[in-house]
Parts: sequence; C-alpha cells; structure tokens
Amino acid sequence: MKPPPFEYHAPRDLGEALDILAGAGAGGKVLAGGQSLIPMLNMRIAAPDHLVDINRLGELSSIDAGPGGVTVGALARHAEVERAAPHPLMVQALRLVAHPVIRNRGTVVGSLVHADPSAELPAVLAVLDGSVRLARRADGPADGVVTRDVPAGAFFTGPMDSAAEPGELAVSAFFPALPPRTGTAFREVARRHGDYALAGVCAVVTLDEDLHISAARVGCVGVGPVPAVVDVTEACERRPAATVAWPRVAAAVRERAEPDGDVHASAAYRLHLVGVLAEQALKDAAREAAG
Amino acid sequence: MTTRLFGEPVRRREDPRLLTGQGRYLDDLGSGAAAAAFVRSPHAHARVRDIDVTAALDVDGLIAIYTWEDLPERVGRPLPLLIPHPALTHGRTAHPLAKEVVRHVGEPVVMVVAADRYLAEDACALIEVDYEPLKPVVGVEDAVQGGHLVHEDVPGNIGARLVQEVPSAAGLGAEELIDSAPHTLSFRLDIERSAATPLEGRGVYARWDGSDLRVYSSTQTSTSVRMAVAAALGLPLTNVEVIAPDVGGGFGVKIVHPWPEEILVPWAAMLLGREIKWTEDRREHFVSSAHERGQVQHVRVGFDDEGRVLGLDVRILHDHGAYTPYGIIVPIVTSTQLLGPYKLGAYRVEFSSVYTNTVQVTPYRGAGRPQGVFCMERTMDKIARYLGKDRTDVRAANFIQPDEFPYDQRMTFQDGRPLIYDSGNYPEMLRLLKELIGWDDFEPAPNRGIGVGCYVEGTGVGPYEGGHVQVTSDGRVHVSTGLTSQGQGHQTVFAQIAATELGVPIERVSVVTGDTRRFGYAVGTFASRAAVMSGNAIALACRKVREKALRIAADALEANPADLEITDGVVHVVGDPTAAVPLSTVAVLSNPLRYAFDDEAAKATQFAGASSPDRPPVAEGDEPGLEGRDYYSPIRSTFAAGMHAAVVETDPLTAEIKVVRYAVVHDCGRLINPMIVEGQIHGGVAQGVGGALYERMVYDPHGQLVNASFMDFLMPYATEIPHIETGHLETPSPLNPLGIKGAGEAGVIPVSAVIASAIEDAEGIEIDRMPISPSELFDLRG
Repeated sequence: MKPPPFEYHAPRDLGEALDILAGAGAGGKVLAGGQSLIPMLNMRIAAPDHLVDINRLGELSSIDAGPGGVTVGALARHAEVERAAPHPLMVQALRLVAHPVIRNRGTVVGSLVHADPSAELPAVLAVLDGSVRLARRADGPADGVVTRDVPAGAFFTGPMDSAAEPGELAVSAFFPALPPRTGTAFREVARRHGDYALAGVCAVVTLDEDLHISAARVGCVGVGPVPAVVDVTEACERRPAATVAWPRVAAAVRERAEPDGDVHASAAYRLHLVGVLAEQALKDAAREAAG
Repeated sequence: MTTRLFGEPVRRREDPRLLTGQGRYLDDLGSGAAAAAFVRSPHAHARVRDIDVTAALDVDGLIAIYTWEDLPERVGRPLPLLIPHPALTHGRTAHPLAKEVVRHVGEPVVMVVAADRYLAEDACALIEVDYEPLKPVVGVEDAVQGGHLVHEDVPGNIGARLVQEVPSAAGLGAEELIDSAPHTLSFRLDIERSAATPLEGRGVYARWDGSDLRVYSSTQTSTSVRMAVAAALGLPLTNVEVIAPDVGGGFGVKIVHPWPEEILVPWAAMLLGREIKWTEDRREHFVSSAHERGQVQHVRVGFDDEGRVLGLDVRILHDHGAYTPYGIIVPIVTSTQLLGPYKLGAYRVEFSSVYTNTVQVTPYRGAGRPQGVFCMERTMDKIARYLGKDRTDVRAANFIQPDEFPYDQRMTFQDGRPLIYDSGNYPEMLRLLKELIGWDDFEPAPNRGIGVGCYVEGTGVGPYEGGHVQVTSDGRVHVSTGLTSQGQGHQTVFAQIAATELGVPIERVSVVTGDTRRFGYAVGTFASRAAVMSGNAIALACRKVREKALRIAADALEANPADLEITDGVVHVVGDPTAAVPLSTVAVLSNPLRYAFDDEAAKATQFAGASSPDRPPVAEGDEPGLEGRDYYSPIRSTFAAGMHAAVVETDPLTAEIKVVRYAVVHDCGRLINPMIVEGQIHGGVAQGVGGALYERMVYDPHGQLVNASFMDFLMPYATEIPHIETGHLETPSPLNPLGIKGAGEAGVIPVSAVIASAIEDAEGIEIDRMPISPSELFDLRG
C-alpha cells in the first residue's frame, strides 16, 4: 500500500499550478484534501505521473456568501464550510460527510470533482442547479487564464467522472441561494455512522403564501451513476405537505432511480429506500419552509 | 497501608504509555532496515507457469527477488501442521512461497527485498507471473460436491470428518431419542465468515549479526516462533531470540505460526547480511492471513413438553479455506462447546472440515464457540416458540444444576482432555441477567424485541506457562513470563498478583512478557488462557520468593519464619513493626557476594551474621539471589460462563437494526481486576456486534474477496456499539491456586445468537443466518 512513483509539484500560485497542469496533461492529478486520492494512490488504483498539490494556493480557500448564492474555493475544507454555514443544505449535507477528521482535511470542491455517486455534495450541487468553475492556461504565449462554468447537470458525467478536462483545475463551485419560503433537508441510510450512504435524498421545497408546495426537487445519492435530480412539483399537486399523496411522490422518485446491488445492499432495497427517504426529506424540508 | 491488590479495579498501568503514542509496535522498529514486499496471487486457484522478473531488475534500490525455487529445502518445505488430529486425514499446509499451484487470492508467490517499501512495491508491480487459471472452489456446500478439487489429492475436498456421540444415561443414541421424542424440529443455520482484523497487522523484523539472529514479530507466541525459525533455518535455539514488541491486537490470527513471512524475512536477513523488515498492509491482511466463523449447520432436535432436549443431532460443514495449519481446532471447539450450560439427553455431532479456494481459517476470538452457541441458542428459541413458552424457561429446564459440578459432558475437549465443567451456577446467572435487563417486565411492541443467549467457555487450556520473579537489591520486583501481550493489561494484572503475593506496592513491580531472552518456555496468549496460566505460574513463583525471603529475614531478625509477614515491601514480625527488614535488604542478604555498590548493600552489612567457616557460603540446595521460577500446568481446562440479553429496535420503513440495550452477566471465577474484565467484555461484545450486524467476508464465485478493505468490510465504530451493562458472578475454579477462569474471548461468544433472538422477537421472522444487514431484513420481510 505505497503509491507508485510520481512527480510532486507544489505550486505557489494559480498561474504556476495551471502551467504545471497544462504540461502534465492527462498524467496530472490535483491534490487538495487528499481524503480519496491518497488511499487510491496507496492502493495503486490511481497512478498519475504528476501530483499537483494546490494546498499553498491560499487564494482558493475563500467562502463567499452573496445574495445569489455561495462560492466555495477549491481549498475550502468541509469543516470550514460547515462552520461558516453559508447555506442550510450544505450544512445538512456536510454533517453526513464521513467523520470530523476527514472533514477537517477534505474539500467541498474536491468531493465534487471526485464525483462519487454515493457522496452527498454532488447531489447538493445538482439539486440546487449549481455549477463548477474550471480554469486552464490560455493557449498562446500570453499567461492568461481561461475559465468556464459548468452546470451540475453537465459536470457529473459518470461514476467518479466529471467534465474537468486534463489541464483544468476546478477553482470554485457555486451553490445558488434558496428562494423565499424554501426549506431543505437531507436524509440518508448508511451502514455505519459516517459511511457513504446506501441511499440518500436531499430535498428542496418552496411553499407559496398559502403554504402549499409550489416547487419541490430532490437530489438522490447512491441510486445511479450520477446524482439523480427529480422534480416532484407536479406530483405534490400544489398541496400542503399534510395532504400530499406521498406514495405517488415516492413512486415518481423511484422511477428515476437506477440503483445497483453490491456487498452492502440489494438494488431492490436501495430502490425502496430512496422512496422512503424522499418522502421523509420532502416532509422535513416542507416543515422547515413553513418556518 | 495494605498491599492487597488482587480483586481491585486498578487502572491499567500500560495505558499512559500506549495512549500517548509511546507504544513501540513492529513498524516503529528498524527504521533503517531494508523492506520486504510480496507478489501475491490474484487468482483463487491457478497453476504458476512462469515468473518473469526482468522488468523489476531495473528498479533502483532493488536488493533481491526470491521465488520458491530459490529457497533451500528446509525453508521451502510446507509449513508445519501445528495441531494434528487423527480425524484430520487430509491436512495440507502452504509452502512459504507458492510451489506450482496457488490456492487462494493473496497467497505469496514472490518475495522482493528493496531499500524501502515503496521501491519493493514498485518492483513487485513489474514482476510478471504467468498463471494458468484453474476452477476455483468457493462455498462449502459446493465444495463437498467435489466437482473441482482444491488439492488434487484430497477427494471431495474433505480435510477431516469427525463424529462424536454421547448416548443417554440409558444408553440410547441421539437419533433414536429424537425419533421417539414428543416433539421434533429440524432446520438449517448459516454463519458467514468474518476475521480478527487487529488494527496492527502482522509484521516481522530480523537482524543477523553473523552468529545470532534476533527476530521481532507481531505475534501471540514469541517462544514458538523462535523454535519454528530455529528449525527452519537450521540454527541452534540458543542463537535465536524472538521478541514480541507492543502488539496492536491479535484476537487469534497472530497465534498462527510460523507465518511464511516469519521464516522468509529472517532467512533473507541471514542470506543478505542486513536487517529486513516486513510490515503487513491492510489489503495483505485481508487476503493472506486468516479468517473464521463460516459454517453451515443442519440441526435435528427432539424434546418434551417442558422443552427439555431429549436428543440433539448436529451436522456441520466447516469451511477451513485452502490450508489447515492450525488443524481442526475450530470445528472441535464448535462441536464441544455447543453444549453450553445444558445437559442433553443424548447428543450426536458430526462435522466435515472442508477445503475451499479462500483464505485459511484459524481461530478468531471465540474460536468456533460463536457458531456452536448460535446453533444451541437458536435451538432453544425454536423450542420455546414451538411450545409457546418463555425462552428463558426453556433454557432453565435444561440447565446443569449447581450441585451437579463437576459435570462431565462425556466428550473430549480441544486440549484432548475430558470435557468436565469444574464449577458454575447457571440458574443464579440467569436470574441476575433477567433482573438486569428487566426480562419479566419487558413490554412487547411492534419492531421492538428482546433476546437472550447463554454460553460456557472452556478457558485456560494447558499445557503450561511459567513465571519468573526476582527481587533486586533496590527492592524492585521483576516479573517475567513467556507468553505475549497484545492489549490484555498484563502489566497490570500480573503486577497485582505479584504485589499481593509478595506484599509490595504495585509501583515496585514491573512485568516483561513475550521476550525469549527473559523467559524461554511458554505457549502463548490465546484461548482465554493468559491470566489462568501465567497468573497462577507467577503466583506460585512469588510464593517461592516469599518463602525464601521469610527464611532469610528470619535469620536476620532472629525470629521464626512463621511469625513473619510482608507488608508494603517490608518483612516484619507480626505484631512488632520495629522488628523489620526491608525486602531490598533481604535481596542483598540473599547474595553472599556483597560488594557495597549501593546504599542498600552497605546497610545490609548490619544484618550479616557471621558465616560459619565449616559451611559453604551458598548452602547446598540453595541459590544466590532472591528469585523464584515456577510453572503452572493444569489437569484440564476451567469453564467460565456468561449470559447476555439485548433489546433491539428495527425501523419499520428502512429495516435498520438498532441495539438499544445490551446486558451481560459473566462468571470468570475470582476476578483479578474487575475493570479489566469489563473492558475485555466490552471489546468482545463490540466484536460480536460486528459479527452479528456488520462484518462479513464476501467472496464472489471466482474466489475474489470483493470487500477487502475497511471501506467495505464494516468493522463497527464506537457509534455502532451500544452501552453495555454488566454484572459479575464469581464461582471460583477449584482447579487452580487463584480460583480464576479466563475472560478474554467471553464477550464475543453469544452476541450473534442474542441479536438474532431479539430481531426474531421484534419481527416475528425466524432468523437462521447471521450476520444480518438492513437489506437482508428487508428481503426477509418480503
């Protein structure tokens, strides 16, 4: 359990990091918190030629909460975001991410780029319609930086696979703010405290002035190759939470889920769970929205 | 001030060092040593056609590459079969490096030595082994079909078959009694594989200085590793020393010896003339050490209207994996300890110990008992369910009564001795347990259930352990024993025994274990035996020292030894504290060579009597020094017991299972340290909860262990372990001087049975297979 040889780089600013990544191409890998990458290196599942450690790039550790939403820099640790509490759903999700020692080191953006379909944060980004900002060296002699913002729906391309191209660095992620009278919740079932979920659901529910559900979305974890976002507004029939036909809503979510079975749970159980959790999370979110 | 410490909850003396990072584990040693790493088989069953090391030769820092063909005959021969048995007609062990055929994923094929572990692994990755895949045998029920063979010369994959029969008092057999019983039941039970998984894996570090070999190993038996290494390398025993440093858990897996690496690393260190270390990593531990538990059991039972078992017939398929280095101890323990605290009309048990292309099976804490207890306790619950009786009443109806001890179960135990229970009080234990958990007041509710399980555990198996005790002229007491420590608290309990026996403050007692330089003869720390075996040996050695100390002090004080006692490290005349001499002085007086190197020696001269010119300074039959050595060798095992109960809640929607209460009543005879016994029980219950609800070794049909990491092998965290309520009962063992019984394995033994019982009660669904996950409970609900 020792990594294969790689060249280690510790750039001091973004430009230097992008230069190295541009030079490394497909053989480059970014090290931020390392909570997934280091085990993968040690198990020789990942074998990059160049490891680009961005931990000296202090400029990437910001957490900026504005009226439109929250921008989280590539070096913002889970624990820092949890403490800053810039967004209710992020806090609800982060409490379910692993254990404190992992949250002290792991980063929000790193988790997004890692794109594990069982992880909480990709589902949060997806249900909120957030985006990831990718930066790269501009072509040509000038030392310009080109960035592009990729919406969550296009960012997660498969299990452990994202839209980030070789030479690109995910510098930040944007989580849109919630509209008024909106509540959120995160429910999951994991085998042990802090484990990746067997299935999980985050919900965003908006009520109208009569406290009827006017918008409802869920992001599902662990039941497909990428986070599944299901808009259940229609299934909620603009009713108050108390009179919603929840079995219908759960069925609508299950219809979009395509879980696999593995050593921890069967596909049928995960499919059952995602419906149960969707109902629970949506009810929690509606309760929170009602204040 | 009293120096009586036996029985007191003395805080663990080793903890400040271990909890502040000052432990010295195997990998903390030998920082400059070269590193060994192994190419291990990726196939469950294959023929090794060719090994090409060419590409690896370019790795900078490479020192050596060895395959089986490079090994001398003594080193390359099959590893020893430690515990042969007449029923083990087809015992097979592995070669240290694979010879021609690999029989499980993880079997070592090539050893690489390089300047460090990184480079050694780089070289391993470049070695190409050409395998011809063979059909893997996975799953014990497939294995006994014999369609494919793990070993070509073992028909039907059966390594051993043993039938044990205990007829009724009237001479009737179990089958006959079952057939004629008022009620009968038959069912199939299934227990999956788990493993010991200590936090520190195995490891070996060897140094050769041209004439002497020193080996450090993370082992549960340094003395036996020493003998194995000396034999394999052709060295005189006196030129080999083996030391177990701090060991980060064993739980059985480290009693197996010698591991291939324990032979290969010292051999290479001698050959290369340099220090070599191998530290097992987690993946290696999963696929190349040992597992346990996997059994399928077919049970038939006949019983009367009270639930008394008239006849019990159990047929066990025991999965022992690819090799049998530890013989058939596990199924023997299952089949004998299955009887628990009960007296049955007649009993017949038959087991087949079966080869599969999986990691070998050797004892893991409990060592076959959890499976046996699962079988018997499931049986008791099924009888109660069938008769509509309280589950504890059915158990009570079958109990051996307090006036029936010693109770002869008329079987042969794992130590080859009669299975005779020495003492116990099972009805009282059940009464205490029911009171502790509130059994009679438990209110049934949907998705809430209560369960119970009982066991008896043979502990303190022989053949012997020894203790050496020396009092030095500074008044310190040095205790050594040959068995090893891997977290049990020996620094504390052995010191409590010595302090109590010798009448000295515990602060003056130090304890050394597992170092063959200090004590050469020992068996090891396993089978809940250390406290019983070494504890009694140390007590006996202390008694020799005490007797000599009193004799010397009596001379110095001109008193009768019978009038002396030792308190707080001072020998004094009973009732006259002024007529006293400290043990430190006695230690000086014990040695006629009395150079006054220190103040104690100078002070002692006042007591020195005029030696007679007609007698030698050391009398015939006497020895210089204040020290003693003794051994304890029991006629047979002593039998501890316990009963557990749990309250479980299941989620009606998600099928999650939560243990909300867990209660234990435990009897290990006289308690040396109740706090340490509780700690042992807590740890055991935690491992039991792991085995019941979380841990399993998942092999796919190709023999790949698909969850070989702590990501997917779910060892429970503290968050998954319930608060554990404990009660103690003390029925002293009449077999040993201290009246103690073993406690090391106790906690783990009945947990799967107890939790199955509680889930069954909560769900109304029969639970015949453990472990159980929420997904499986969901499936059972249908």
